[in-house]
Amino acid sequence: MMRDHFRVLLYDLTVGKGKYVNLDGRNSAVGGSGLAALLYSQYGQPQLPWNDPAQPLIFAIGPLTGMFPLMSKTVCAFKSSYHNQYTESHAGGRMAVALAFAGLDALVLTGRAPRLSCLGIGTHAMELKDVEFLRGKDASVAGKMMRKIFNAGSGHRSLLRIGSAGERGSSMACINVDTYRHFGRLGGGASMGVKNLKGLIVQGDGDYSLLDSKEYVSVYNKVYSQMTDTRMMTKYHDLGTAANMQSLNDIESLPWNNLQKTSDAGIEAISGNTFAEETLLRNGACSACPVGCIHIGYIREKVGEEHRYHYHQVPYDYEPIFAAGSMLGVKNAFDVLRILDVMELGCIDVMSGGVALAWATEAFERGLITTEQTIIPLAFGDSGNYVLAAEHLCNGTNDFYALLSQGTLRASEKYGGSEFACVLGQEMAGYATGELFFAAQALGFRHSHLDTGAYSYDQKHSEKNVEAGVKFLMEDEPGRVFLTSMVACLFARSVYSDEQLAECLESVGYNEIAASIPAVSEQIRKERWKVRIATGFHPDHIDIPKRFYSVKTWKGDVDKEYLDELKQEYGRRIMFLMDDK
Amino acid sequence: MVMKILTAPRMDRCIGCHSCSLACARLVHKKLSWNTAGIRIHSSGGLTTGFVAENCMACDPAPCVEVCPTEAFIQRRGGGVIVKKNLCIRCGKCVDACPVDAIYQNHEKEVFVCIHCGRCVKYCPQDCLEMIEVSI
Repeated sequence: MMRDHFRVLLYDLTVGKGKYVNLDGRNSAVGGSGLAALLYSQYGQPQLPWNDPAQPLIFAIGPLTGMFPLMSKTVCAFKSSYHNQYTESHAGGRMAVALAFAGLDALVLTGRAPRLSCLGIGTHAMELKDVEFLRGKDASVAGKMMRKIFNAGSGHRSLLRIGSAGERGSSMACINVDTYRHFGRLGGGASMGVKNLKGLIVQGDGDYSLLDSKEYVSVYNKVYSQMTDTRMMTKYHDLGTAANMQSLNDIESLPWNNLQKTSDAGIEAISGNTFAEETLLRNGACSACPVGCIHIGYIREKVGEEHRYHYHQVPYDYEPIFAAGSMLGVKNAFDVLRILDVMELGCIDVMSGGVALAWATEAFERGLITTEQTIIPLAFGDSGNYVLAAEHLCNGTNDFYALLSQGTLRASEKYGGSEFACVLGQEMAGYATGELFFAAQALGFRHSHLDTGAYSYDQKHSEKNVEAGVKFLMEDEPGRVFLTSMVACLFARSVYSDEQLAECLESVGYNEIAASIPAVSEQIRKERWKVRIATGFHPDHIDIPKRFYSVKTWKGDVDKEYLDELKQEYGRRIMFLMDDK
Repeated sequence: MVMKILTAPRMDRCIGCHSCSLACARLVHKKLSWNTAGIRIHSSGGLTTGFVAENCMACDPAPCVEVCPTEAFIQRRGGGVIVKKNLCIRCGKCVDACPVDAIYQNHEKEVFVCIHCGRCVKYCPQDCLEMIEVSI
């Protein structure tokens, strides 16, 4: 299975044809983030807008995908409809292993299908089918229909689809991956929709000979044991990331009511423990992950007056609960799931959607918008109307919701209220931990809390030291970039140290990568930023809204001067990467 | 005398991680694959419906043995089969004969079936699998 090159499928949706190519660069680009940047450099069009048919939609995996536990994620890279710049979004599910077992390191989609279509690929399959009849269908219906339309490989394949949000080019549209995972942020769904691609099915139907290597088996068993026999992954296995709800509320770092406060005495109603005790139906796993961090809750709905019910299964994690729970002031676990369910089915990123509705609520309370825009009145805690508002956001029911689903700042440019829009490059992640996180999300590569560990640094450091904070960000990023080039689940970062990764890589023959992890990590970081900057990124173009300067955390009130200095210095250091030889 | 056979009595706990299939493919067949394994985990109509295991039910007599024209499949005591790979002509008759689709044939027509070695069991993080003793 070890390849000293990349095997890539280039598929042109305009003509409905694909070809396999072998690319050099394994030892320098590795895979995942590094490979995606390499592919965008080769096939991307930095000067053209995001929705030009020539823009590639890239899916890339790592050299150890399928070979070791938790090497289970895929990088999706594209020019984003949100900011018209290059970006990445990452997802688990079965996609990574399906691509590996389909014999691919990456899939690059270009062009635009003449009509709404679905692409199916496998080792012995490549077919683009017209699915115009699926236009407007939600994730559940589309998934069921796609399984019928492409009936080969049932159970051993990955199934991606978009909803109406993606079809109409919403910048909050996500790509649903295998029902419970997502390429969520920065509008990957719009990049699929603009290509007239409703769905993608990847059959992992190949088999690949392994060297009869005792070393590989031994290293595999060591890693597997750490994942399952120690407490290193207990957090994710037990309550899951939802445990953060209580802990962040306890340290006054959980955004409530559009970040008007950072803790609330009613946290217990939506704590990770409450979700687990009352709503958790079952757990699930990405393929090749024995941890099984996927938490699936349920909602049961009564139909009519008689005792007739149906139920939905709704995945939850910390970030979705923050976005549809505390950020909206909703203090009932089942109600949070009801809001999430609507966004899941409509294929809109729940973090972005929740934060956007939180802004809309405050704008409504201040009289900047009325029911003429929102259709129904919005109030923090009113979950019933948030369910309806979420539907409007997914569907872009009127001009207001259509604009809001392009980004909170875009709506605030028209209606006012940009000062309380909780946007740090994109709608905020659920960490009101302090100045370093705010600067880090605002300027981070993916505008994600996972670009660096700033949220963790904030929780351990109360001193205001710009040099130390930015040094942490700059030194933390390359290791994460290497992990996302592998493409490991970042939950496994405590197991997959550089030393452990080197051992894994060596055991299957990637000796050169194993011997050069620090240098390769730094090089990929630089290449990735180079692509981003070529598509228009500049730190001076990103403002931090006033709301973030009025936050109170466990450290006290946010220090405006310190935050501004952090942002300035972090931006300078990012741009300096381009000059640093 | 007793023999052991692989069973999957607690599939309602399965989370779909494929660790068992990957272990069988890796350790028994020296392959990297979801399919070339004696136990294969499938969703059944999407991930909302849970998972099923495709694995040998340890028939005795085994219908796959009866149809094998080359004695590549031999009846195993306690149920199931012993596979002589060097005798297999890849005709696929065993695949058709199996009532529970437990035998997989890859694109090169090579067949894969559980040999009841139990090496997959310890890799299941949910304790779905179990080797049980059968009297012979």
